[in-house]
Amino acid sequence: MSTIWARERAESHPKEQPKLHLKHVTRLFQTPNGPLTALDDISLNVAEGEFLCLVGPSGCGKSTLLNLMAGLDRPTEGEIWKDGERLDGPATDHIMIFQELGLFPWLTVRENVEFGLRMRGVAKPERQARAREYLRLVHLSHFERSYIHQLSGGMKQRVALARALATDPAVLLMDEPFAALDAQTRDRLHEELERIWTETRKTIVFVTHNVREAVRLGDRVVVLTFRPGRIKTALTVKLPRPRHLEDPHLALVARDLLVQLKEEISRSAKEEYRDEESG
Amino acid sequence: MKKAARQLLFYLFLLLVWQLLFQRKLWPPYLFPSPTMVGEALWQGFSDRTFLVGVTISMRRIALGYGFAVVLGVVLGFLIAASDFLEATVGGLVLSLQSLPSICWLPLAILWFGLSERAILFVVVMGSLLSVTINTEVGVRHVPKLYRMAGRNLGARGFGVFAHVLFPASLPHLVVGLKQGWAFAWRSLISGEMIFVSLGLGHLLMVGRDLNDMSQVIAVMIVIMALGQLVDQLIFRGVESRIRNRWGLAREV
Ligand SMILES: Nc1ncnc2c1ncn2[C@@H]1O[C@H](COP(=O)(O)OP(=O)(O)OP(=O)(O)O)[C@@H](O)[C@H]1O
Ligand SMILES: [Mg+2]
Repeated sequence: MSTIWARERAESHPKEQPKLHLKHVTRLFQTPNGPLTALDDISLNVAEGEFLCLVGPSGCGKSTLLNLMAGLDRPTEGEIWKDGERLDGPATDHIMIFQELGLFPWLTVRENVEFGLRMRGVAKPERQARAREYLRLVHLSHFERSYIHQLSGGMKQRVALARALATDPAVLLMDEPFAALDAQTRDRLHEELERIWTETRKTIVFVTHNVREAVRLGDRVVVLTFRPGRIKTALTVKLPRPRHLEDPHLALVARDLLVQLKEEISRSAKEEYRDEESG
Repeated sequence: MKKAARQLLFYLFLLLVWQLLFQRKLWPPYLFPSPTMVGEALWQGFSDRTFLVGVTISMRRIALGYGFAVVLGVVLGFLIAASDFLEATVGGLVLSLQSLPSICWLPLAILWFGLSERAILFVVVMGSLLSVTINTEVGVRHVPKLYRMAGRNLGARGFGVFAHVLFPASLPHLVVGLKQGWAFAWRSLISGEMIFVSLGLGHLLMVGRDLNDMSQVIAVMIVIMALGQLVDQLIFRGVESRIRNRWGLAREV
């Protein structure tokens, strides 16, 4: 059933207005060594309800791209549109799970999850109930009163996931959210995320280093090049859902992508090496 | 508990040294009183209520002056941190003013306000305001950009960013400023009170001097130290350790 649905979506996609529309987006950073082109002329559409995965070598601009999509940063050139409107300033319904999480150390786990709801003026009893619900989802009910520093890396990632989901965003921007998890927990959260996505039709942009994870989750996988960050390939994953990380078909798709990614990784390694030589 | 025992022993040792020095009769007793004489002066001062009156008056002054300095300092610190213009102008001024010992403000205060309550309050405020301001500003500047971004991403805007992100995130620094400000305020108050008949603890010190009563001078000094310590321990230690626990910062030893 999910297969049919996935296909329907893929077909309806060109007709709909894209949820996110990036038009020749370039982002320059001023650095001590002169300007650095983090992203160069990125044009990309993300359809409503699409699960898009971004892969690319470290430093290619993935986090920068997510910041732009969240409206937390502005492109140096080009435009970003959401729902047919120019994105200008932070978008409240684009919730980000930051690579470094950005959980608040002065709040308890539950208060962290409540934060977005509090900013939206949700009354205390309701936001507590919602926070508890999402903490249960990520299996952290027993830690609702803990402070952030009392949690392990993986637990923190799960709190960040709960905090993002609790606001019920239209777009979920996830920056390597499962990097610190053990294989079992990650598997479970993949399933959980896929379920939430299926049920709520959220648009998800998911950054990862792990090509298999990208193929496991994404409707589409975009590979970015290294410095400047450009779109190298975009591949639509046609495997039926639910998918499994160990599925040999999945491994096959992932292998093709991995070849592409490895080219970029070795290019980035060479560049670093050259920088060291000259500097 | 072990720490308390060690402290107690240390103070007993100090008393012993003091007593021994007194018994050597190096200085006349009216210049170098014995611990018992100072103890008697303490007892005397509290039983005839002069010390209690002094403590009450001084505490009221410091509550007013320090309270005012904290509110103003925190607001000023945030404003300076929020604006590059204020940072370049007021920020620089605050830094240079901090090199002034607070007692330098007294002549000015007396000319402006006369020998009055307000002159003392002014000195207290000037003594503590700047360190509160500076530490607040540093605290806000040290808030990782990530927290601000996360707050804005989750829907905080304008004053909400300040109230729900910047302010709580800068608390560890802020408390350092409040604590330092408290110490400065206390010192400024006592110096200010020594200048004219003002009935506070500082004034009691001067009374001791005028009467050539070294025991009373030392007794008042002990009261001043004890009060300063008491507030530090009772209020600031507690707040600080709560913050440290939340943030998971290393405990201060
Ligand atoms: N605020 C900034 N100022 C200057 N340079 C920046 C800034 N943010 C990012 N960069 C640079 O832009 C490039 C892309 O950074 P970005 O964080 O987007 O990479 P990434 O793809 O997320 O890497 P990783 O996989 O390691 O997280 C890097 O070269 C980085 O040094
Ligand atoms: Mg990144």
